[in-house]
Amino acid sequence: MRSDQSLTIITRALAVISAAIVLLIVLFLLRESTPALRQLGWSRFFTDASWHPLSGQFNLTPMIVATLVTSSGAIVIAAPLGIGSAVFVNFYAPRRLAAWHRRLIELLAGIPSVVFGLWGLVVLAPIIATFGGSGQNLLTATIVLGLMVLPTVALLSDTAIAALPREWIQGAAALGMGRSAIVGWIVLPGARRGIGGGIILALTRALGETMAVLMLAGNIVEMPSSLLSPGRTLNANIALELGYASAGHRSVLFVSGLMLMLVVSVIVLFVSRREGTRRDG
Amino acid sequence: MDSGPATSRAIEVRHHWREFCVAVAVWVAATSVICVLIWILADIAIRGLAEVNFGFLIEDVQDAGRVGGIGPIILSTGLILLVCLVVAVPLSFGTAIALTERLDKESWFARNVRRSLDVLAGVPSIVFGLFGNAFFAIALGLGYSILSGGLTLACMVLPILIRTSEQAIRAVPAEYRYAAAALGMKRTTILFRVVLPVAMPALAAGVVLSIGRALAETAALIFTSGYVARTPESLLDSGRSLSVHIYDLAMNVPGGGSKAYATACVLVVLLLAINAATALLLRLAGLHNRSTTGGSL
Repeated sequence: MRSDQSLTIITRALAVISAAIVLLIVLFLLRESTPALRQLGWSRFFTDASWHPLSGQFNLTPMIVATLVTSSGAIVIAAPLGIGSAVFVNFYAPRRLAAWHRRLIELLAGIPSVVFGLWGLVVLAPIIATFGGSGQNLLTATIVLGLMVLPTVALLSDTAIAALPREWIQGAAALGMGRSAIVGWIVLPGARRGIGGGIILALTRALGETMAVLMLAGNIVEMPSSLLSPGRTLNANIALELGYASAGHRSVLFVSGLMLMLVVSVIVLFVSRREGTRRDG
Repeated sequence: MDSGPATSRAIEVRHHWREFCVAVAVWVAATSVICVLIWILADIAIRGLAEVNFGFLIEDVQDAGRVGGIGPIILSTGLILLVCLVVAVPLSFGTAIALTERLDKESWFARNVRRSLDVLAGVPSIVFGLFGNAFFAIALGLGYSILSGGLTLACMVLPILIRTSEQAIRAVPAEYRYAAAALGMKRTTILFRVVLPVAMPALAAGVVLSIGRALAETAALIFTSGYVARTPESLLDSGRSLSVHIYDLAMNVPGGGSKAYATACVLVVLLLAINAATALLLRLAGLHNRSTTGGSL
């Protein structure tokens, strides 16, 4: 019996370590961003004249706006295509094609963000450039970001749709409803929680993505006036400037990391609580 | 009254029309997604394969990557992965065992561990980079090194590795445990002699899947394992991973495009192999492919 007890203790200790990593991350982000928060306070990140860290101007607003624009734009692209894909494999595709479609979507999910970035830079940007500008702008970044988070929407919607009771669909078909009506009136409303969860998860992925956006968005810090103007997201800003940032500047970069972390964690906890209530009830 | 049949025919036409439109929309959505995927893969293959040969895989990086190969980069990537797995695998298997020890109901402990892992899974990779830089590189004094990078990646793959291990262990039929317990085996013996061997293919699939995630990562590595493209002499040397190399060639080295494509080609081929290996292992384990890769909710 002693070995059983030590097994429990060891595995529980490992589990505690795993669970504590998140706290360690928050702790270090807080520790590193304290100097900036203490000296500048929260408001200066929104009221300063511009982002010129070397002369003490720390306005993060244009980057926050660029982050929100690219992420929400990515969802606008990924949601219809992803839900369409999920409906396709469940109701429209021949069985064999459906299996292949799922496999290819998983493949798309596994492509590294730098490879998306490279493709966007060499192939997509010149195409977007025909609309004006250099092609490295928020639109290019948004399209590629949409493609990157699409598998999340597609796979989670697929799971949600496949989990619906077969009786609902058979019953609807027995009532003489057409395929599109079944999808529109039975399937999508029935699976809306799962699909919504997929979209929210995709949003956190989009908010957290760095490399593809860094390679495609043009990285100029200015308030975007249109989708064709270049922009820099918070993530890209960290990746660009952490390498040479001096103390105060570095601390501000950690503040922006903390913001990202907080936003994403709140969304994830909200979703996991919602999932929890569904499981219980 | 005589308009009845006409109206119903009109409704029928409208229904057919709607069916048709929806079917077209769904097919177009699905096809366009696949076309873009094929477009990306074909682009990487066509531009990349021309540059890839055996010499490219073993030669040193010269002239910031414009000439030469990616030998040291592959070595560094391998070492980073090794560090990552040596730390992440025991931690994940242990955690998964702790999370699955009660078969019936979820304890308070398991629920909260799982919740914090959910949050960890959502942490943006650049935040892992910030954390790795502040904690491993500076606070622990490891500097920009393969060790810092590997440890940062270990934190990053932990949620997915724990989740897949947990599913692997749960997929072992409860009857096996009952039968073993009825024979008077201790829980530890049951775990190591019955449960883990049966779960092994699925556990391996989770490990392979995590290697794929780690290989694809860039943002968390730039400020932890660093940029240096020389052959690393120890784990405390800085080493550049394949993905960081692609980024650097594409963004910072004018004229590095073709080598960036060649490196991307190598990386994608590695990931395709990993994808196939995962599928194979899951089939060996008798688990359906979708259960582990269908997102992390």
